[in-house]
Amino acid sequence: METYSFLRHLADSWVLLLMTLFFLGICVWAFRPGSRAAHQEVASSIFRNDDRPADPTPAKKEA
Amino acid sequence: MWDYLKLAGLGLVAVCAAIAANYAHDLAYQVNAITVMLAAGIAFLWVVRTAGDTKPNVQHEYFDDVIRAGAIATAFWGAVGFLVGLVIALQLAFPQLNFEFLQGYGNFGRLRPLHTSAVIFAFGGNALIMSSFYIVQRTSAARLFGGSLGWFVFWGWQLVIVLAASGYVLGATQGKEYAEPVWYVDILITLVWVAFLITFMGTLFKRKEPHIYVANWFLLSMILTVAMLHLVNNAAIPVSIFGSAQVQLYSGVQDAMVQWWYGHNAVGFFLTAGFLGMMYYFVPKQAERPVFSYKLSIIHFWALIFLYIWAGPHHLHYTALPDWASTLGMVFSVILWMPSWGGMINGLMTLSGAWDKLRTDPIIRMMVVSIGFYGMSTFEGPMMSIKAVNSLSHYTDWTIGHVHSGALGWNGMITFGVLYYLVPRLWNREGLYSLKLVSWHFWLATIGIVLYASSMWVTGIMEGLMWREVDANGFLVNAFADTVAAKFPMYVVRAAGGGLFLTGALIMCWNLWMTVRAQPARVTQNSVVPAE
Repeated sequence: METYSFLRHLADSWVLLLMTLFFLGICVWAFRPGSRAAHQEVASSIFRNDDRPADPTPAKKEA
Repeated sequence: MWDYLKLAGLGLVAVCAAIAANYAHDLAYQVNAITVMLAAGIAFLWVVRTAGDTKPNVQHEYFDDVIRAGAIATAFWGAVGFLVGLVIALQLAFPQLNFEFLQGYGNFGRLRPLHTSAVIFAFGGNALIMSSFYIVQRTSAARLFGGSLGWFVFWGWQLVIVLAASGYVLGATQGKEYAEPVWYVDILITLVWVAFLITFMGTLFKRKEPHIYVANWFLLSMILTVAMLHLVNNAAIPVSIFGSAQVQLYSGVQDAMVQWWYGHNAVGFFLTAGFLGMMYYFVPKQAERPVFSYKLSIIHFWALIFLYIWAGPHHLHYTALPDWASTLGMVFSVILWMPSWGGMINGLMTLSGAWDKLRTDPIIRMMVVSIGFYGMSTFEGPMMSIKAVNSLSHYTDWTIGHVHSGALGWNGMITFGVLYYLVPRLWNREGLYSLKLVSWHFWLATIGIVLYASSMWVTGIMEGLMWREVDANGFLVNAFADTVAAKFPMYVVRAAGGGLFLTGALIMCWNLWMTVRAQPARVTQNSVVPAE
């Protein structure tokens, strides 16, 4: 088979399926149990470290 | 040692540019070579003056100098780009403004790419670089990676702008829409962009936060995709190393397809994904509440990434492009409506419970209107990509109206909001100089956009209908010149809208200037990090 037909066929069969599944997987992953707490924590992360970087010394660890 | 290497490199660049200027085949190339020589010379002097200085340890501070410079550049290039836009809008309404003594330099054909590149790449690009640097440092809780590489990104980008702009006026272009810069400017863009990627990724790698906040995902996808688009679309062979002319690697319909794959994704990733990154950070910050739904933002991101890249062929309906390709472009454009509105809802609903801020805070108002325009243009776009609609709208002013409701409304307004947010913080000032002036800016800009978009709808649909109008015998009723004459009043309205928008932007520049000049410094609170 010539390259064009091969790529055309691949693109609208397996690759399309793969990308769709990948996307659906992400949706499921986003809604996984226990994600709410993690998401709340990320969403509120923008409200800290406004003025300077986090302390580089590893001694100060978040509780 | 590093300073000596830099000096040697800059000296070499200056000498090579001088040689290139001497052997130049065309004026644009010569002027660009002299510009590069001067830029390298100035950088050389700067390195000589500062060589051997002991650098203070700044790892416990954010790299904000480059963001301050970015804010100035954004406001400056914005005003320049809007001004050139107003000039060419007036040239379309009053062709006499294509002055005879400027023929070949200052007429519409030369100024139009100057306008588009100035607003997209100079204004929008500086806004993106500035906000990327701000957001990635704050959300990573780490100083920008790469030391002074951030300065290279900033100054390199300004050099790109100056080279491209002076080149356009003098006739150096590769004739690809939104990719007009010629081959040597394209090489410089690549270098700057790779440096941008390194600083951004490096900061993400050394982040102190466990998660990568969603705004960074959008910004990173912008950087990566633009790199890919730029490299593929600008594949060309220079005719001579001492000239600005080049030959594209692709030809015919392949070239057209690559161009609009680039063109549409420049809209999709430069003007959409990048600015969504700004939205996802600055809207929650200004509203002082986290984003409405973080889950939705994840789905928004991946849906946008998977869909946008296919939408390009809708720019080539009813051309030599195969039918399947243009149908594919249309279908994906229509599906794209969904994630776009998901993002709009996410941005707007971030204000739920804080809608009262709309009354008191003109900056939030600006951001909300910007998201509203995002929603409107991402509805209009899919609609226009449908073949039946496109057969009417294509090649008409409707397209220009659509682009401007997106660019002025969405990109412009969110950038203004971000500038109003950033300037008092970056210069450590107690709030803005005048909120009243922000309100003035808001209304001037909003009314300007409404005038612009509505006049372009009217003239676009009118000219589309006039072009296809046939009499009982099947002959076309209107000559092209008839449509031009009929469009005159709408062109005047459009220029008036542009004038209002420019006035608003100038008011913003004044307001930001006075914020830095006249506002008292913010009293630094005793900065105690709260226990999380």
